[in-house]
Amino acid sequence: MQWEVVIGLEVHAQLSTESKIFSGASTAFGAAPNAQACAVDIALPGVLPVLNRGAVECAIKFGLAVGAKVNRRSVFSRKNYFYPDLPKGYQISQFDLPVVSGGELVIFVDGAEKMVRLTRAHLEEDAGKSLHEDFHGKTGIDLNRAGTPLLEIVSEPDMRSSLEAVAYAKELHSLVRYLDICDGNMQEGSFRCDANVSVRRPGAPLGTRREIKNLNSFRFLQQAIEYEIQWQIDTLESGGKIHQATVLFDSDKGETRAMRSKEEAHDYRYFPDPDLLPLEISGEWMAEVRSRLPELPQAKRARYISAFGLSAYDAGVLTSSKELAAYFEEVAEIYPEPKACANWVMGEISGWLNKAGIDIHDCPISSRALAGLLIRIGDGTISGKIAKEVFEAMWNGEGGADDVIESRGFKQISDTGALEKIVDEIIEGNPSQVADYRAGRDKLFAFFVGQAMKATKGQANPAQLSEILKKKLAG
Amino acid sequence: MSISLNEVKRIASLARIAVSDVEAEAARAQLDGIFGLIEEMQAVDAGDIEPMSHAQEIVLRLRNDAVTEVDQHEAFQKGAPEVEAGLYLVPQVIE
Amino acid sequence: MFNSSLKELSALLSGRKTSSVELTQEFLKRIDAKNPELNAFITVDHDKSLAQARAADTLISAGKAQPLTGIPFAQKDIFCAKDWITTCGSRMLSNFVSPYDAHVIERFNAAGAVNLGKTNMDEFAMGSSNETSHYGPVRNPWDKKAVPGGSSGGSAAAVAARMAPAATGTDTGGSIRQPAALCGISGIKPTYGLVSRYGMIAFASSLDQGGPMAKSAEDLAWMLNLMVGFDARDSTSLDRPFEDYSRDLDLPLAGLRIGIPSEYFAQGLSSDVERVVLEAIRFYEKLGATVVDVSLPNTKLSIPVYYVLAPAEASSNLSRYDGVRYGYRSPEYSDLTEMYENSRAEGFGAEVKRRIMVGTYVLSHGYYDAYYIQAQKLRRLIARDFSESFEKCDVIMGPTSPSTAFDIGEKGDDPVQMYLSDIYTIAVNLAGLPGMSIPAGFGANGRPIGLQIIGNYFSEAKMLNVAHQYQKSTDWHRQMPSI
Repeated sequence: MQWEVVIGLEVHAQLSTESKIFSGASTAFGAAPNAQACAVDIALPGVLPVLNRGAVECAIKFGLAVGAKVNRRSVFSRKNYFYPDLPKGYQISQFDLPVVSGGELVIFVDGAEKMVRLTRAHLEEDAGKSLHEDFHGKTGIDLNRAGTPLLEIVSEPDMRSSLEAVAYAKELHSLVRYLDICDGNMQEGSFRCDANVSVRRPGAPLGTRREIKNLNSFRFLQQAIEYEIQWQIDTLESGGKIHQATVLFDSDKGETRAMRSKEEAHDYRYFPDPDLLPLEISGEWMAEVRSRLPELPQAKRARYISAFGLSAYDAGVLTSSKELAAYFEEVAEIYPEPKACANWVMGEISGWLNKAGIDIHDCPISSRALAGLLIRIGDGTISGKIAKEVFEAMWNGEGGADDVIESRGFKQISDTGALEKIVDEIIEGNPSQVADYRAGRDKLFAFFVGQAMKATKGQANPAQLSEILKKKLAG
Repeated sequence: MSISLNEVKRIASLARIAVSDVEAEAARAQLDGIFGLIEEMQAVDAGDIEPMSHAQEIVLRLRNDAVTEVDQHEAFQKGAPEVEAGLYLVPQVIE
Repeated sequence: MFNSSLKELSALLSGRKTSSVELTQEFLKRIDAKNPELNAFITVDHDKSLAQARAADTLISAGKAQPLTGIPFAQKDIFCAKDWITTCGSRMLSNFVSPYDAHVIERFNAAGAVNLGKTNMDEFAMGSSNETSHYGPVRNPWDKKAVPGGSSGGSAAAVAARMAPAATGTDTGGSIRQPAALCGISGIKPTYGLVSRYGMIAFASSLDQGGPMAKSAEDLAWMLNLMVGFDARDSTSLDRPFEDYSRDLDLPLAGLRIGIPSEYFAQGLSSDVERVVLEAIRFYEKLGATVVDVSLPNTKLSIPVYYVLAPAEASSNLSRYDGVRYGYRSPEYSDLTEMYENSRAEGFGAEVKRRIMVGTYVLSHGYYDAYYIQAQKLRRLIARDFSESFEKCDVIMGPTSPSTAFDIGEKGDDPVQMYLSDIYTIAVNLAGLPGMSIPAGFGANGRPIGLQIIGNYFSEAKMLNVAHQYQKSTDWHRQMPSI
């Protein structure tokens, strides 16, 4: 019998503000323990929160980008629970009235488009970190992260497979980076996913869900969901029941396991934070933010197809990250042959970046330099084959395309007189092959091309060479 | 209304306050009295009056996104119960 | 000198008739003599106070003095003061040396004033008698068997016993006005949002408001000029232009409309308080005021509403006291939960724990709408009563407290009896209005009685004018306990 999988994601995106959401402490990653935990962050008696405008602006950008309702009025509430990395004993979050309601995100799975609905996105503060390394059997608390602004983005349970969940997470990841509201660094925890997973018989009501917490890579997201799906199906098929639970993914074992500390029933006692008044976002502010909104992946994709004549696939790959798209557009700006530019960016550039394990912004060949190379292919200075050698030399820091062509003597021979002279010598030196060719062995044409290339060290302009050969061999 | 001993213990546990059985019983009697007072409120039909969270009808003022704080962790940790290597120590947390 | 007004002390200092060091020493000496019996101060630190006094004298000699430069003030131990132990009346913070100054403390420091010491208070400001302090009850200077009121009981007793020229207090449900009334001094709780709450340890954030406690309305005006002001670190702080609260002190009262709410003279009011308050109102009529009847029909609801909202906010505000980063940690625990539970059970006193439990309960799942939301709706009704009344009058007058100071231990461990004594003060906090208390006479037992004056939002200058005109023609505020 078939099972239908139902997945919803909650993503916590750390917002790229300079300071924390309710204090003036820095949000930079990697400081010495508690060096960035100010009086407000460590919840000294008497301190009070003041909301960071930058964090609100990030939320507005996101809301506008996903076509959501940016609420004119939203409210901060306290979520009360005790945990050593939660200094106030409550987290300031949004409950009844979030800053963003609704919205949607289009994802692509196996070439097909699918729309995932968003429930809401709300602002809240991050907690500190509990370090479980051995401090004589104790836990160390670092509050540098406490108070870092988060946008919690909650989807509807619209995904039906781990692949869809990953595609959604990637699309969201790309979007927040396009918007420049989150650096997307998953290793540092800037973009964390919780997955709510349940299974049911098609048409049946929703099954009981289990929430997998804190997945910090797309690979773990996929593995954890797949393990969880199989575990739930196995449990149900062997007559067991699923109980609502919060689970952690053990990436070493590839398994999910229930969290012990979250087992007790929660009663968060939400209520509006009396230290903070309602947040109001004016129409003017929203319009102002909208006017500064960058072109978003979907629009960019459409433009690449219509204006550049690229395939949907190419447009999708190129727009998958803001930086890659920007690189491509810079190349195409200088060398307006979008298809050729796309091929080189997706082919050589992506391939070499992948091999080197680096990002586009660390690419040793600038967009301008790549365009320079493409110009030399276009104007016939070098052949496509030579271009790959030139590319490698450029990658290794031997300079721009022209420098490499010059220093390595790669310049293509397009001088008709010179080529005619070489062809004459070949005809003279290979009388029997000439006779055979003239007698009808057309395949020998490749032999003469090979000879000519050998004689010119591959630098003959292929089109020109072919023309001269045909003329001379014809007698 | 009357609060049960179990409820007193549940609240104390939510509030992370240790209570002995004797204390819980004493607290139960006092909470009963307090809730007797509070219950008077239930006689009023407040209908759809908008709840009042704040004394002033003003909106939230925002601060600009700028770092204004410096590292003071040594001063802050002077009075901390247990600190090592700049970290606050607590009994082991099990996730 | 002990009876001098702030204006007089300021003149003595600027005229070099005395120095800040002399003045501070005199008051410290008086504190040393009287505090053992009154217990009004939790922390006194001669060195710190005198260092500030010396700095003030330097300012004065350099001609850089402001009006309050060199004058010593007692600070309620709810205000964080850098390098001072700041306990908030609790064992939980018995070892807490504040690493920073509250906005109010910054203001006093910037004015060159001297911190004379930290005054005793009900633990975390939760109490109406000062009996919940971890540091022992404060005794009323008028009668040491009696409570001084609370929660700013230490400040009230200190000013009444002339151990300080004036003091700060905070008022969440009457904590400035009620002890002022019970100790025979003047005190004002300003409109919510005028005095920054930054560094003022929170009890119930939407109700807490700092204010001055002094011997006269004029002194209160001088202090308000210092304490009121916008602070960007408090999101509820109001950004308003500076106003001089003493500007209207001398205006005549002819034409003043005084609203008298019948609900404030109902069952539960002791006869001598009623007599004294009505006499004071008659005196105002002589000064040219007219009396109008107003109604505050939801007064009775203010107690249940307050005892839902304040504990709810408090239960959350006090969650930070967990024994992790500062404050008390129990020596006995075997795991994290026990560390929390024992630290909080031992670090908090009975009343604080009771209110945390009430607050936790009303916010918990299934009760939130019935208690918290209902209380917030009724809060609006209570506020509306006032706005309707202020269409008919300029100030409202009534008793501050239903009786004179009761005896220490008299209300025993019956919290409900204690809560009921807040009946006339808490509605003002719920509405966010300014309220004050001035001395108006004595009960048959010789204990002081206060007249409460409630004003509309931001009408502090008018209220101080009303109080000052009374004090110009009467001498209740000059009466001093014989200790």
